Amino acid sequence: MEIQLNGEPRTIEASWTIADLLNDLKIENRYCAVERNSRVVPREEHSDCRLEPGDRIEVVTLVGGG
Amino acid sequence: MDRKSKDESTQTKMTALPPDKPLVLGTHTLNSRLIVGTGKYSTFELMQECLEASGSDVITVAVRRERLVDSSGRNILEFIDLKRYTILPNTAGCFNTEDAIRVARLGREILRGLENPGADWVKLEVLADTRTLLPDPVATVEACKQLVDDGFQVLCYTSDDPIIARRLKSAGATSVMPAGSPIGSGQGVLNPNNIRICLEYLKENDPDYPVIIDAGVGTASDVAFAMELGCDGVLLNTAIASARDPLRMAVAMKLACEAGRHAVLSGRIPRKLYATASSPTEGVISRPLG
Repeated sequence: MEIQLNGEPRTIEASWTIADLLNDLKIENRYCAVERNSRVVPREEHSDCRLEPGDRIEVVTLVGGG
Repeated sequence: MDRKSKDESTQTKMTALPPDKPLVLGTHTLNSRLIVGTGKYSTFELMQECLEASGSDVITVAVRRERLVDSSGRNILEFIDLKRYTILPNTAGCFNTEDAIRVARLGREILRGLENPGADWVKLEVLADTRTLLPDPVATVEACKQLVDDGFQVLCYTSDDPIIARRLKSAGATSVMPAGSPIGSGQGVLNPNNIRICLEYLKENDPDYPVIIDAGVGTASDVAFAMELGCDGVLLNTAIASARDPLRMAVAMKLACEAGRHAVLSGRIPRKLYATASSPTEGVISRPLG
């Protein structure tokens, strides 16, 4: 199925949770935050939050800034 | 007096000064009145050294999408001592209320996971224009209200307009942070009289309400000047990170912040048009001209 990941279309397995997605992306969970359809999904819920077709997912981290 | 004992006597005098009040921003008590950004450094190592040299205990960061193509790159968080620094996430790059709130919540989620005390506050920026990076005052007030309702301690980047400053305080801002001049412009404090009015309005019957100059600093004297105006602190980034020698400039900014603070606590002499002699006027062997 297709989702929007950081503004780009992405095809993923239909059964995936947010935790599966982060695992696939090899992203250090400790340094990131995930938003699903404009709402933050707390890290405790990543392994329970199953993705739906068309979900808009943002995976963000901290960078240098002023 | 040899050099060593001279140094010691200077130190004794410094410690004999009554201690200054720390800068309190909501539930956060800061040791340093200088807050520095982490952007624009050529390397994370240089950033680390400059943060250390600045003496700051609060540092700002931005929230950005993970680079999914090259996620093997080093993360800035590997170079920040999270036990030592309180992270202040910003909403830089947001041009409307909704996005600023989303970014603030994302920053909070990251800092909660890292158990950093910065999880409960945000530096709110809602910009209006890419060329000037001036804030959108209406959207900033609205975002401030909503973030306060959501439990954030909101530090508001704003213009030097005293009326907007007052509105932000009424909206529940923990600190109002007027820009001295546009972000990264290095023009210093362009309208000190507006800053003076902001200070009068915001501190009326509330002298400890914190006002911080955020943005526009070019060099150390700008920091000292902001502090001498009576601001409680200064937030800067580019002036250190883009200096030819960032490390030395970080030291300069630390000293300027302390110098300006000492000066404002000391009370400057009034400006007078004519001279007043420092040496006694009596017992002079010469006679004045005319």
